Amino acid sequence: MKNDFLLQIKELKASIDNKEILKGLSLEVKPGEIHAIMGPNGSGKSTLASVLTGREIATVTHGTVTFEGRNLLEMSPEERAREGIFLSFQYPIEIPGVSMVNFMKTAINEQRKHRGLEPLTASEFLRQMREKKELVEIDSALTNRSVNEGFSGGEKKKNEIFQMAMLEPRLALLDETDSGLDIDALRIVANGVNKIRRPDTSVIVITHYQRLLDYIVPDHVHVLYDGRIVRSAGPELALELEERGYDWIRKEAEVSAESWTTGQK
Amino acid sequence: MEKDQDKVLDEVTSGEYKYGFVTEIETDVIPAGLNEDVIRLISSKKEEPEWLLEFRLKAFRHWQTMKMPQWANLKIPEIRYQDIIFYAAPKQKIAPSSLSDVDPELLRTFDKLGIPLEEQKHLTGVAVDAVMDSISVKTTFRETLAEMGIIFCSFSEAVKEHPTLVQKYLASVVPHTDNFFASLNSAVFSDGSFCYIPKGVRCPMELSTYFRINASNTGQFERTLLIADEGSYVSYLEGCTAPMRDENQLHAAVVEIIAERGAEVKYSTVQNWYPGDKEGKGGIFNFVTKRGICKGDDSKISWTQVETGSAVTWKYPSCILRGDNSTGEFYSVAVTNNYQQADTGTKMIHIGKNTRSTIVSKGISAGHGQNSYRGLVKVLRKAESARNFSQCDSLLLGDRCGAHTFPYIEVDNPSAIVEHEATTSRIGEDQIFYCNQRGISTEDAIGLIVNGYAREVINKLPMEFAVEAQKLLQISLEGSVG
Ligand SMILES: Nc1ncnc2c1ncn2[C@@H]1O[C@H](COP(=O)(O)OP(=O)(O)OP(=O)(O)O)[C@@H](O)[C@H]1O
Ligand SMILES: [Mg+2]
Repeated sequence: MKNDFLLQIKELKASIDNKEILKGLSLEVKPGEIHAIMGPNGSGKSTLASVLTGREIATVTHGTVTFEGRNLLEMSPEERAREGIFLSFQYPIEIPGVSMVNFMKTAINEQRKHRGLEPLTASEFLRQMREKKELVEIDSALTNRSVNEGFSGGEKKKNEIFQMAMLEPRLALLDETDSGLDIDALRIVANGVNKIRRPDTSVIVITHYQRLLDYIVPDHVHVLYDGRIVRSAGPELALELEERGYDWIRKEAEVSAESWTTGQK
Repeated sequence: MEKDQDKVLDEVTSGEYKYGFVTEIETDVIPAGLNEDVIRLISSKKEEPEWLLEFRLKAFRHWQTMKMPQWANLKIPEIRYQDIIFYAAPKQKIAPSSLSDVDPELLRTFDKLGIPLEEQKHLTGVAVDAVMDSISVKTTFRETLAEMGIIFCSFSEAVKEHPTLVQKYLASVVPHTDNFFASLNSAVFSDGSFCYIPKGVRCPMELSTYFRINASNTGQFERTLLIADEGSYVSYLEGCTAPMRDENQLHAAVVEIIAERGAEVKYSTVQNWYPGDKEGKGGIFNFVTKRGICKGDDSKISWTQVETGSAVTWKYPSCILRGDNSTGEFYSVAVTNNYQQADTGTKMIHIGKNTRSTIVSKGISAGHGQNSYRGLVKVLRKAESARNFSQCDSLLLGDRCGAHTFPYIEVDNPSAIVEHEATTSRIGEDQIFYCNQRGISTEDAIGLIVNGYAREVINKLPMEFAVEAQKLLQISLEGSVG
């Protein structure tokens, strides 16, 4: 039977240091769809990104995750990346001494090897670098430096999207890519994402604000609250959240949690 | 998480030492132990002149009054000198005149090590002196070099053929009383390389010596003497390996460099002695005295070392900057993994005016490795306007290893400018994960980070060897972070 979901998360529970953070989360993403995940600080948004990319800090205790029908949780972080899962980090990491060029070349060629392709020639690689740099309007001075070393907050975010452009993922997870960007940079980066996307590229946008969603228009908006998705709707939900905050969601969630526990009795 | 880290750290052992084989060859060995008779025996086996025997005996008598130095940050089991064999030579003619005189088993050994001794097969632009245990097996390209007046041969041959040069310069930089291991070497040294570059000659190829310890229970004590006459230039490279054995083996070498006025010497080492197994069993004890003197004005000596091997490394390649405007450089990458220990650094002694020195030391520790930088910058009273810049960085992989820095600065001239910078960093799991998330495996991520960190030093190596050194760094750290 053909599965038409790119990503399918069922009843996912995950803990950090024995504390349950994701408490039964389900989400389905079809090819080409854009999903926005919003929710208060500490609700588990970045933890979800960690679980999907295989970062060891979170331990999955329950549930399943499939990517193109395959069990994602069995795959190593690098294999997931080579299969086309890309994370734009909320806090990109600095790697002093490793040049962006060397880093990107290694990453691209690993991905190509995984797909049975020859490594890129130096000139083809440099051509791509140039082309993708223009796409996100990133300064050559940055790509000539060590990975993220000494980059400003906004430069780091731009650099994440530049890497996304180079790697052309199937599924991009953008964890608060808008935070730290000035107004112009926000527009450039968001339009960059739109240009990078192919019709079947799926994106999960984690954000606190509507402003990013003005550019990257979601098909679905979800509210993650206390480790669960408590509400899903169309793009209008983001506007409503912007206006009303999370209080009403909180109340609703608590009520439903209560009724659930009373139901158990 | 800790478990995973343990698992990955255990995989360190998968970084197999590739050079651990033993060559089965008939070897001329003398009985273990050390006394004046042994020294006389070594000297007579090498058919040495009387003055050299006297030098050896003088050094031996002095050595007997000395004690093994204790100041280094190293834990070394007692070395029993009476159990060591001080001379072992593959049975063959000393200094074979042609390749057909060399035992084919020896040729195969060096082939296997990637050091073909047939000149036509060799990397163009590199001349090699191959030393196995106590003797030099073969020196390539001698005739080509001789046409330019360059002498490149084994130390033993130099004693026979160029005795005045040897007598003039031997122990002129490292006297027989210098330190415990230098005195021991002066008493029992076996073979090594000798090199003389005449006035105004730029040596057209890299000169290199490849040292191989083969026989068991044997110490290797080589002696290298490098003389660059006025206005000459030479780039010299030293490589070394040894079989894997359960017992520790002693290597105590002395290297002396003399740079006359306007001369420049680049001395590079890729040290890959057997480091012992993952439990710390076996491996080479490497106690080396390397020193160069910038004797004339405007001369320059540059040491570059990539140290990945040995169970214990004790080594401080140094420069005496006697000529005015002379320059000393020290670029070092030292890796300690598993139970390896290294106490290494340099001494820069500023004597002349406007002398300059640069020290760049990059320590990398993994597993239970302990890595110490020890360096002295000394500016004497007459050294007007001396300048030194030192940069000592440490990189840690995992949390069971250690890095230590011991800089000593002694300045007797107020015009001197001495700068010292030090950093310590750790390869973090988050850096590794960031690479993983871009499709780069953990091994490759470590390789990228370590080679990036060591680049400044690796870049100083001659091209062909830089690539080798990069691979070596990655292999010696295979799987060492989780
Ligand atoms: N390494 C960690 N160790 C301990 N607790 C952690 C760790 N990482 C996350 N947590 C905890 O897990 C919970 C969820 O964190 P997470 O980063 O997923 O939230 P978030 O929804 O992304 O928040 P924000 O909007 O502030 O980015 C928080 O309570 C946080 O403190
Ligand atoms: Mg977050």
